Amino acid sequence: MRYLPKSDSERREMLASMGLDSIEDLFSHLPEELRLKRPLQIPPGKSEYEIIEYFRERAAENANGYSSFLGAGAYYHFRPVIIDSLISRGEFLTAYTPYQPEISQGTLASIFEFQTMICELTGMDVANASMYDGSTALPEAVMMACRITGRDRAVVARSVHPEYREVHRTYARHQGLPVDEAPYDKETGSVDVERLEGLVNEQTAAVVLQSPNFFGVVEPVQKAARIAHEKGALLIVVFTEAVSLGLLQPPADADIVAGELQSFAISPSYGGPYVGILAAKEKYIRQMPGRLVGQTTDKEGNRAFCLTLATREQHIRREKATSNICTNQALIALMATIFMSVYGKQGLRELAEQNLAKARYLAGALEARGSRPRFSGPFFNEFVVQCGERNPAEINRRLLERRIIGGLEMGRFYPELADCMLLCATETTKRVEIDRLAEHF
Amino acid sequence: MIRKVRTHINQNEPLLFERSSPGKKAYQLPPLDVPPVDPAAALGAENVRREIAGFPEVSEVEIIRHFTRLSTWNYAIDLGLYPLGSCTMKYNPRVNEYVARIEGLAQAHPYQPEQLAQGAMRIQVCLEELLAEITGMDAVTVQPAAGAHGELTGILLVRALLESRGDARKKVLIPDSAHGTNPATAAIAGYQVESIASNAEGMVDLADLERHLDRDVAALMVTNPNTLGIFERDIARVSGLLHSRGALLYMDGANMNALAGLARPGDFGIDVMHLNLHKTFSTPHGGGGPGGGPVAVKREFEPFLPVPRIAKDNGRLHYDYDRPQSIGRVRAFYGNFGVLVRALAYILAHGGDGLRNATLDAVLNANYVRKHLEGCYDLPYPSPSLHECVFSDARQAALGVRTGDIAKRLIDYGFHPYTVSFPLIVQGALMIEPTETEDKRELDLLIDALRSIAAEARQDPELVRTAPHNTRIRRVDEVAAARRPVVRWKPG
Repeated sequence: MRYLPKSDSERREMLASMGLDSIEDLFSHLPEELRLKRPLQIPPGKSEYEIIEYFRERAAENANGYSSFLGAGAYYHFRPVIIDSLISRGEFLTAYTPYQPEISQGTLASIFEFQTMICELTGMDVANASMYDGSTALPEAVMMACRITGRDRAVVARSVHPEYREVHRTYARHQGLPVDEAPYDKETGSVDVERLEGLVNEQTAAVVLQSPNFFGVVEPVQKAARIAHEKGALLIVVFTEAVSLGLLQPPADADIVAGELQSFAISPSYGGPYVGILAAKEKYIRQMPGRLVGQTTDKEGNRAFCLTLATREQHIRREKATSNICTNQALIALMATIFMSVYGKQGLRELAEQNLAKARYLAGALEARGSRPRFSGPFFNEFVVQCGERNPAEINRRLLERRIIGGLEMGRFYPELADCMLLCATETTKRVEIDRLAEHF
Repeated sequence: MIRKVRTHINQNEPLLFERSSPGKKAYQLPPLDVPPVDPAAALGAENVRREIAGFPEVSEVEIIRHFTRLSTWNYAIDLGLYPLGSCTMKYNPRVNEYVARIEGLAQAHPYQPEQLAQGAMRIQVCLEELLAEITGMDAVTVQPAAGAHGELTGILLVRALLESRGDARKKVLIPDSAHGTNPATAAIAGYQVESIASNAEGMVDLADLERHLDRDVAALMVTNPNTLGIFERDIARVSGLLHSRGALLYMDGANMNALAGLARPGDFGIDVMHLNLHKTFSTPHGGGGPGGGPVAVKREFEPFLPVPRIAKDNGRLHYDYDRPQSIGRVRAFYGNFGVLVRALAYILAHGGDGLRNATLDAVLNANYVRKHLEGCYDLPYPSPSLHECVFSDARQAALGVRTGDIAKRLIDYGFHPYTVSFPLIVQGALMIEPTETEDKRELDLLIDALRSIAAEARQDPELVRTAPHNTRIRRVDEVAAARRPVVRWKPG
């Protein structure tokens, strides 16, 4: 086995030094009846060449050479080359969690930069070292709001990503945390503010909105904040398309922001690994889940970074921890940090403007064919389109024949929108692709 | 004598924000091929932000140097052995990185049509089948994003099964040697936690277990081999005892690397378990993630597994969402797919024999280290070790040197510290797990270093107490960091 570095003579030498004849002797205490008495039914080890072949074959069974208009929580953005060069350095890739600050300053400093940039991006005061992804950041944010308010109900807009809501329901159900869903406005596609107001009361711990929401529409964050705060609830704002924050107002009126940074140069990779964020107002820092990096000094007065406020965490607090979360997504967070450094102060805005322009062009091209945006609310780089005479499945079938993956068929999550699809255009979507797509509407 | 390292020049580097200077940039967008749109007109002026004030402005070469310099401040498995017990820091094969980046996998969208995702689905199915074979369980979900997330999924499965029997129960029992995630997870899943004592051999105390085992107990969460590296010899009895009272046996699979190919949890009475792909199956830790936390279960739990499941229909794979008894989703999409690819590549490279040989070498290495350090450090539990061994600082503490000091001194010798002060049942623990991907030379360096530190503790305890001496920064004031947390940079 090529990953095992010892030779047989080395093994024998080691065993001799221990007064043993065979490695098997080390297992003699394992009760015989509990042992596996046959070889594992797994084929013999493969060479590197065969492994690459195997995965190339699997990759060939996926879409290759298609243009795609899918978004809905996973987006195609250009990935600057230096990101993979840098994260492939073994000192980042193969390092452990930075519990030993003296030999982990590289990871710690980069996470400190990440936390700082997430605060700037979201308008929050503090951000943690990252979460598994956006969908799990949402229930963690709600549980945090429950701890802060001492209440247990959440009101979640139905325009939040359906799979995020499903994950939240799984977490909430087993803790006995009731969830109410606030409908969306049938015209604008943003949350129905009146109905939302009716659902929020003195038992509400958190109001949860996504902006831009699952339909791509920008939500009225300020109004929702007012509604939540009047009843003593917190506002949690979720996002799935981080590039939108290059252009849109940061959700500074929220108390907690939970989002997904996949758009920041993370490959779609069939759904993961991605990186979630959790940011909040400063006063809530001690109720945050997950790892946090703080600045301090070493005993000679040099600036240093270390993991901090660990008394919130499971390895210290055990069953009284703020969360059972142990890991963050350090390497993926590093990718996002490098991405934010590459685009910087102006670049993210320029990138966002290109996304906006492409999506508007797409909407115009479809409208010219008689398929109009379903909602009137302002959208960023994706939107729901009401298909004309043909139904979404039929359109997608025709598109696939032309090596185009169309939009997400909305009936899958919203039966009332069965005649609609969700389409996305980013800076990577070419005008000619849009023109080709539009021909089939 | 320090043989593994000597100091060398190491670059200083400010934070990116301190490097930033107006007008610098590292990006260039292609020309826009559609008409530009005025953001204020399209989105409403009130929705449009100004620049992101605190983002840095830096050039490409500065970014490369910045992160390259930061990287040199880290220790990493590529630099040497990590003796971190329970964390299983082993070599991360590079072909795994390569295959995860193959375009048809890396560029696959989670919502692309099933007929254009058959390869991605086959990878999941294949990994699930292999993990079921390795663990001796009947079904596997690969959706959980990390070990603790797998634990949560597993405990929710326990609850769902018990609820289906009309009796969800209230308590989860956890040995006092367990990882902190176990009690935290049980609490998040809505269970009360009760701690079970370990006996003099370091194993679950059966008498204490029986005392706690009433009709309110849903499950026992056990780690096997446990965090002392000791195989729970009575595990089958423990399982029988729980089952006889209608309770279930959960296993934390963090230490599966001590068993792969030799014994299977499914064969010794485990009902539900999670695996850590970043431990046993060598996906890179990346400085703290991403991980992967598949959950393996016995047949009776299958209806409760997270949605979607992959089903086969005339050779075609498709997602089955129609599973009314499911606990629901635990993560959007299908989990950390890229991590699954790497784990599968690891298993394919080893094959059945290779996995078994890896286990043998991991156990050989741990016992070799144990044997050659026994004379210098106190071994509180002399039971046989599998993949890791746990010493205590009893002898050194008498000289005023604690496990934390020895760990910091080990840094001067060119190693990452072992796991410090864990498991909690050992006062002043030194928990050492070398893994199988170390040769004799590296192990001997570690042994020499720890023996040498034991001598230093006798001859010059102050040298050990004030370590590390040769690092970029000296010991860090963690108390100050927590007292007044500074968790973001601000212009000074």
